[in-house]
Amino acid sequence: MFDRVRGAVVPLLLMAALELATRTLAPGSDAVAPPSAALRAGWAAALDGSLWQATLFTLGSAGTGLALGAALGMALGTVLGLSRRAAAVGSLTVELLRPVPSVALIPLALLVFGFGPSMEVAVVAFATLWPMLVLTQAAVRQVEPQLLELSAALQLTAWQRAWLIVLPAMLPRLFVALRLGVAVALVVAVTVEIAANPQGMGYAMMIAQQSLDPALMLAWLGWIGVVGYGLNAAALWLQQAVARRLGAAS
Amino acid sequence: MNARWRDRAGALALLAALMALWWLAAHGQWLNRAFLPTPEATLQGLVDGLYQGTLGASTAATVGRMLLGWLLASLLGVALGALIGSCEPARVWLQPMLEFVRPLPASALLPLAIALFGLSAGMVLSVVAFGAMWPVLLATLHGLAQVHPRLREVAAALQLSRSAFLFKLGLPNALPDILAGMRLSMTVSLIVSVVGEMIASQSGLGQSILLAARSFQASELYAGVLLLGAVGFASNALLAQAEARLLRWQRV
Repeated sequence: MFDRVRGAVVPLLLMAALELATRTLAPGSDAVAPPSAALRAGWAAALDGSLWQATLFTLGSAGTGLALGAALGMALGTVLGLSRRAAAVGSLTVELLRPVPSVALIPLALLVFGFGPSMEVAVVAFATLWPMLVLTQAAVRQVEPQLLELSAALQLTAWQRAWLIVLPAMLPRLFVALRLGVAVALVVAVTVEIAANPQGMGYAMMIAQQSLDPALMLAWLGWIGVVGYGLNAAALWLQQAVARRLGAAS
Repeated sequence: MNARWRDRAGALALLAALMALWWLAAHGQWLNRAFLPTPEATLQGLVDGLYQGTLGASTAATVGRMLLGWLLASLLGVALGALIGSCEPARVWLQPMLEFVRPLPASALLPLAIALFGLSAGMVLSVVAFGAMWPVLLATLHGLAQVHPRLREVAAALQLSRSAFLFKLGLPNALPDILAGMRLSMTVSLIVSVVGEMIASQSGLGQSILLAARSFQASELYAGVLLLGAVGFASNALLAQAEARLLRWQRV
């Protein structure tokens, strides 16, 4: 408890300093606003519903993209993890495609899908696919060899082996990968909105800046921070809960 | 040996098969030409852009921005991390705030930076450096916190000063974490550079591909994406090499 209070002291002092500085040095500025004005602007956005609408759009796109990217990444990662041959054949393609920065696909997605949720989902899916693939592949590799020997002794089919033996054994590690995926998905979704897609939290922040409303812009910046922190904390909690339930992933 | 060559042939065959699929899809008009140019047209766009157009200059601008931002971020990250990490009270008071800022998307700072500094190259660079600083800063903090307690006892027994401990024991021990953080930071700085070029109209690959998409020049767009992929691949591979070389002493 004391730790939490102590962690809040410096940010509160900084906020107070910012409040004082903006009120005395730059009253009525187009670029910065006191934190109290940002709080008021955020409260107004929460009351008229625009806050929730944009937040839901961003979270919905990020979630859909993550679901697609994670499903594909886990499926491919399992295949590459189970078969040395598949890993050797696929590694070159994966290593060539993985470093393509996800934001490079924003113009392409814009061309193909136009403005709207589809383009955002596509870019998020591409961005989350690679970390999920690589981490899943590593998770499969770390499954106890004895379990695989057991599945061979039981003469399980490849499908049964993946579903009954490998998946439960790597579940805790999959949730570690998922936690990373959640962080990547939110960052990419907000970035797509700032760069191109005229919807969601990123765009709301951009438009607040362009209409010279620094209080609303700072309110969005703070809100994006709160949403990001909350999502990461929730993903961490989920990962730890799974690890406690199914054995530590370490 | 034989198996290795077979694996390599397989890897190349998969790549060739994917290229063939691209060729078929483009020539068979499975997708609109406006979205999917043929591989030949993309190659032509790449060659034309590099020799006659501005793709070469754009690539140089993006790489320069990325490298400069990454260097600033690494310097700032290690310096701040060392300052905070070697002073226990500072760590206790500041770490919660750092953990709160970490998940904030670096690109979300672009609107604020535009409001403060206007649409300039310096604005983009400052956001790149700030956004790419976090992985290095937090990795340095983590590395310093992981220094073995025995080493701290040794340092105390030798009556090392705080800075001597930092440079002789702390930072070398944190090096693997710092290098991993710097690799992540390079990825972040490439991404933020590209986004910054897109929204602040600074010359670079980000602006090139956005303009190409707006004017439906699919081959130019693909050429730019290919170049960005190459930049990402090369920077990542170089850093991995450097990391392996710098950490050779660890694996004795």
